[in-house]
Amino acid sequence: MNTTAATGAARPPAPETRTGVPRVPLAERLPLLLVPVLALATLPLVGSLPTWATLTVAGLAMGMIIFIIASGLTLVFGLMDVLNFGHGVFIALGAFVAVSVLAPLGGLTEADSMALNLVAVGAAMLVAMAVAAAVGLVFERLIVRPVYGQHLKQILITMGGMIIGEELIKVIWGPQQIPLPLPQALRGSYFVGDAAIEKYRLIAVVVGLAVFLAMLWVFNRTKIGLLIRAGVQDREMVESLGYRIRRLFVGVFVAGSALAGLGGVMWGLYQQNVVPQMGAQVNILIFIVIIIGGLGSTAGCFIGALLVGLMANYTGFLAPKVALFSNILLMVAILMWRPQGLFPVARR
Amino acid sequence: MSPARTEGGTAPGAPGAPGVAPLLTLTGVHTHIGAYHILHGVDLEVEQGRTTLMLGRNGAGKTTTLRTIMGLWPASAGQVRFDGRDVTRCATPELAQRGVAYVPENMGIFSDLTVRENMVLAARGARDADAIDAERLRWIFELFPAMHKFWNHPAGLLSGGQKQMLAVSRAIVEPRKLILVDEPSKGLAPSIIRNMLTAFRQLKAAGATILLVEQNFAFARQLGDAVAVMDDGRIVHRGAMAELAEDEALQARLLGLSLGAHQ
Repeated sequence: MNTTAATGAARPPAPETRTGVPRVPLAERLPLLLVPVLALATLPLVGSLPTWATLTVAGLAMGMIIFIIASGLTLVFGLMDVLNFGHGVFIALGAFVAVSVLAPLGGLTEADSMALNLVAVGAAMLVAMAVAAAVGLVFERLIVRPVYGQHLKQILITMGGMIIGEELIKVIWGPQQIPLPLPQALRGSYFVGDAAIEKYRLIAVVVGLAVFLAMLWVFNRTKIGLLIRAGVQDREMVESLGYRIRRLFVGVFVAGSALAGLGGVMWGLYQQNVVPQMGAQVNILIFIVIIIGGLGSTAGCFIGALLVGLMANYTGFLAPKVALFSNILLMVAILMWRPQGLFPVARR
Repeated sequence: MSPARTEGGTAPGAPGAPGVAPLLTLTGVHTHIGAYHILHGVDLEVEQGRTTLMLGRNGAGKTTTLRTIMGLWPASAGQVRFDGRDVTRCATPELAQRGVAYVPENMGIFSDLTVRENMVLAARGARDADAIDAERLRWIFELFPAMHKFWNHPAGLLSGGQKQMLAVSRAIVEPRKLILVDEPSKGLAPSIIRNMLTAFRQLKAAGATILLVEQNFAFARQLGDAVAVMDDGRIVHRGAMAELAEDEALQARLLGLSLGAHQ
């Protein structure tokens, strides 16, 4: 995070290092180990290395998609204390937009060319993000802004917003389930030894990592990112330094909605079908993730999403009945260890 | 020449000279927080280029006064004028942009950010650390060497005194017309307080206009040009600090100081 000395040649001399320097306590970094620990601990339980590899990639893919969706939600809470239960509607919206964008692109999706397929999916993602962002702007203005600082009203009205959004989706696309098949060249698996790795899951991991790295870059290398990180800790002080946090918040809300739209496209392709209720279904998952991670923490959201994805896949294989409540189990276990979540955000 | 010489932005008038309008004026300011009526008509003037100390017991309304000036809690009645303009209804960011720096009682350090990142945010004109005025930064590093030493370390790992130094550094990283500081000596070891005192003296010498809330009278008397004593949401005494510092009876009456105990 805090790597290079930003002091250039003409700057005051670079600070001396590592002498009497305070260090981050080890305990604060422990949660980072959870993902590899969980993955390695299940290896003997699963028994077979190829199966374990397949499950692990599937879990990471699911986790990455959940992270993309949940990252906006955790920031919206962190910055302005806004609990947006309507976040799920942007997921469904993104997925349905993808259906509409991909339908006329049959020539691209049915071609047996990975490049053409990715162009089609890329186009669907961009349009879905744009639509979700635009709707997010309206949602913030009409539904969220009037209830700043009032948690109960936020929960009620954003849930109401989600119900309306869901009904509007039914009006436009119909209430039935619509198939969203993967483009031709994205179907099937790669084989690494005996392990079958689904192509699409690999793509999901790559896209998820790209989003995560892009977020890290924004947070650590841009002033907007600094403002967001600072605002999550102490928005009053950010205002006292002369920045309008409301404007920042609207930007984050819109960006978070766009990411949820992107995640919706990926989730829809992952499930290979879309239903208007998918937003509500995923909503529960993402709230579990941000609670596990520590409300407002992006790093926590990332770790939490990966844990939830891995847990769902491992238990689905090892004990299918447990899989029905594995996420809740995970949340209970983590909250018993860290009641504030993995990475509690230091608040004023 | 020290960059601090430019402190204040506008040409300082002769301090205390008749006819010079104060930089900051509060007239009959009332502030409510929820159902509580905290400020009951505060009248206060802060003159250009001088350090005004605000004293008074806990709960007298000192912090509320600073927060009201900063627009963090809106005044329910009365007027706040800053630099010739009515800023009573100004939002906090606008006040900051007009040149008011605020160091809150809790210091408002962004603990997950590094010292460098804290400073970049405080320097509104700077996109990154390289864009911070180098001369000014050097001056800050002279005042507070710890800022230099821990430049790339998370601010949350600093000691209490170092956090306070960072909070003050943020307030002076760019020229500001008025610096509001809430209890900078609170909870600090005596040696750190001496360090702070030196820093504030240098700031004063550079011509900064400061409104300082303090409980520590020994600290306050060494810095203040003017003094305002608050009690129960009102200013109950205004005058020169030298006058109050010499009048122990007045101190006892206003501040309830047992004589000599805090000297």
